[in-house]
Amino acid sequence: MSKKILEIKELKREFLVGSETVRALKGINFEVDAGEFVTIMGSSGSGKTTLLNILGCLDKPTIGDYFLDGVDVKKLSRDELAQLRNHKIGFVFQAYNLLPRTTALENVELPLLYNKEISAAERRDRAIHALESVKLADRFDHTPSQLSGGQQQRVAIARALVNQPVMILADEATGNLDSRTSYEIMALMQELNTVQGKTIVFVTHEPDIASFSSRTIQLRDGRIQKDTRNENKKNAKEVLDNLPVTDDY
Amino acid sequence: MSFINLIRIALKALQRNKLRAFLTMLGIIIGVGSVIAMVAIGQGSKQSIHDQLSNMGTNMITVQPASNLNGGVKIAGSSFQTLTAKDITALKANAQYITEISPAVSSKGQAINGALNWPTTMSGVSPEYLDIRKLTLKDGIPFTNNDVLTSAKVCLIGQTVIDNLFPNGENPIGKVIRFGNIPFQVIGILNPKGFNAFGQDQDDILIAPYTTVQNRILATIYYSNIYASAANEQVTDNAVTEMTNILRDSHRLTASEDNDFTVRTQQELIATLSSTSGLLTVLLTVVAGISLVIGGIGIMNIMYVSVTERTKEIGLRMSIGARGRDILMQFLMEAVLISITGGIIGVVLGFISTQIVTLTLGWPTIISESSVVLSFVVCAVTGIFFGYYPAQKASRLDPIEALRYE
Repeated sequence: MSKKILEIKELKREFLVGSETVRALKGINFEVDAGEFVTIMGSSGSGKTTLLNILGCLDKPTIGDYFLDGVDVKKLSRDELAQLRNHKIGFVFQAYNLLPRTTALENVELPLLYNKEISAAERRDRAIHALESVKLADRFDHTPSQLSGGQQQRVAIARALVNQPVMILADEATGNLDSRTSYEIMALMQELNTVQGKTIVFVTHEPDIASFSSRTIQLRDGRIQKDTRNENKKNAKEVLDNLPVTDDY
Repeated sequence: MSFINLIRIALKALQRNKLRAFLTMLGIIIGVGSVIAMVAIGQGSKQSIHDQLSNMGTNMITVQPASNLNGGVKIAGSSFQTLTAKDITALKANAQYITEISPAVSSKGQAINGALNWPTTMSGVSPEYLDIRKLTLKDGIPFTNNDVLTSAKVCLIGQTVIDNLFPNGENPIGKVIRFGNIPFQVIGILNPKGFNAFGQDQDDILIAPYTTVQNRILATIYYSNIYASAANEQVTDNAVTEMTNILRDSHRLTASEDNDFTVRTQQELIATLSSTSGLLTVLLTVVAGISLVIGGIGIMNIMYVSVTERTKEIGLRMSIGARGRDILMQFLMEAVLISITGGIIGVVLGFISTQIVTLTLGWPTIISESSVVLSFVVCAVTGIFFGYYPAQKASRLDPIEALRYE
């Protein structure tokens, strides 16, 4: 049996809004093994975002347990959570969140600046390596404004990879991209998953995107509605190759 | 996060917005620049006053007759006659801290050379007077003790008097001029000393043996002053005490009687004038200090704006592992870098503007190291002080909300 990366037991999250208690997550159980590519789906209000924040160690459950790579997140302080994020999680956001007027290489180096154990030389090597693995070897010195949306998202993926996390957590990572670029990103994700064995948790609301993953968790009203294995996982690269070359001009 | 990384992060953040960083610095630049320049001008004028007084002889001691009660009426000291040859003899015999001593009498009158005349003052002194007052001769020779004994009709002449009596550039040495109706032979020319700190022309003078002035002009046995020089500046106070005691003995004053003379040193004068220009320096510094505070408020203002504007960046940094402390230190470091860089530019600007003041206005200036060090420290403190609250605000942001901030 492979190693468990995520273990979530009876997880509940409640918010106090004024005098009312809003129950965003009402008891969730699931586990993710190393090397899985999981998509979490759900309409707005399903608790998707709340779950994502908890998975990303930005938030803590009210009740229940969350183990990330064997660490009980509930017991950690704010600073320890930050360190955990730094060491174990690679975030990819919908809006890329790259630092403006900062080169791709420096953007990718950023997480390592918050890791004392990594020297300047190693930081640079790892950032170069990460950018090469997202096929941006020729864009080191480009700032975000000089890159296309897809390229920016690939820089963001390189930034998520650079600290060698146990899990990549993507939040609507294709939400701002057209379908061709989305498939490119999904092809990259699949490659990271199959070739490098990265565990990926991908939050999306597009069923199309979910079909590229090996497992889909469907949330509804703060509970898991469905947790299905994708037997006929689509290959993003093939889809991309079969896409007609559009020429609308 | 290591310190080097911290500086690297802060520097990169500043580089992304160079113009804003510079504009923020401007307050500090002007503040520090003006502190340096103001203090330099203040110190310069203080030093120049001190130099002028030193020029008169800082170890010089002056004795004047003091005002005293005479039948219930206070009489001005200068018209009171107490200092005599006996005092000089007593001082010469007993004083240990003074090296040279000269009585002085003076007379105002017209100096006449042929058809030209000029109102001036004749000082009657002993040969030691030149040393005491640090006067030197440009030409000719000083009079001697023998001239004093014989009440010789010889004199030393100041530049202003020469200009008025010998306007065509003749050499006055050997010439005979008249003071009042007494003929004097000019034997030496005094080096010009210019105006003193009180605006008196120090070159408008004739100097003759005191006996000559006493016997031939004033017909008096009293002195208007006694000048002495202490062995060095440090023993001046001792010398004053000693002279006071000797003079009290010489004047046969009982313990209950006040001194009928006053003993003054240049030190008091220097202290008074220094404190005046010291006050000026303090005022200028306060004004400059206020501008530094305003510069600091400018930093705080911009840092607040910056924190709000970069909320999303802060959220991102937190999500990839920055702790609250890291964010705090980053923004604090940015503020400190702004203020210190501003400080460095300000110091350079202060140096330049000080030079400009010296070159164009001719004001004496001294750039003191302490003002440079001080304004530098103040800059760093300003950066920390005014950068802290915005930085703390940044560090306390919730990463979830910060990431979603638009």
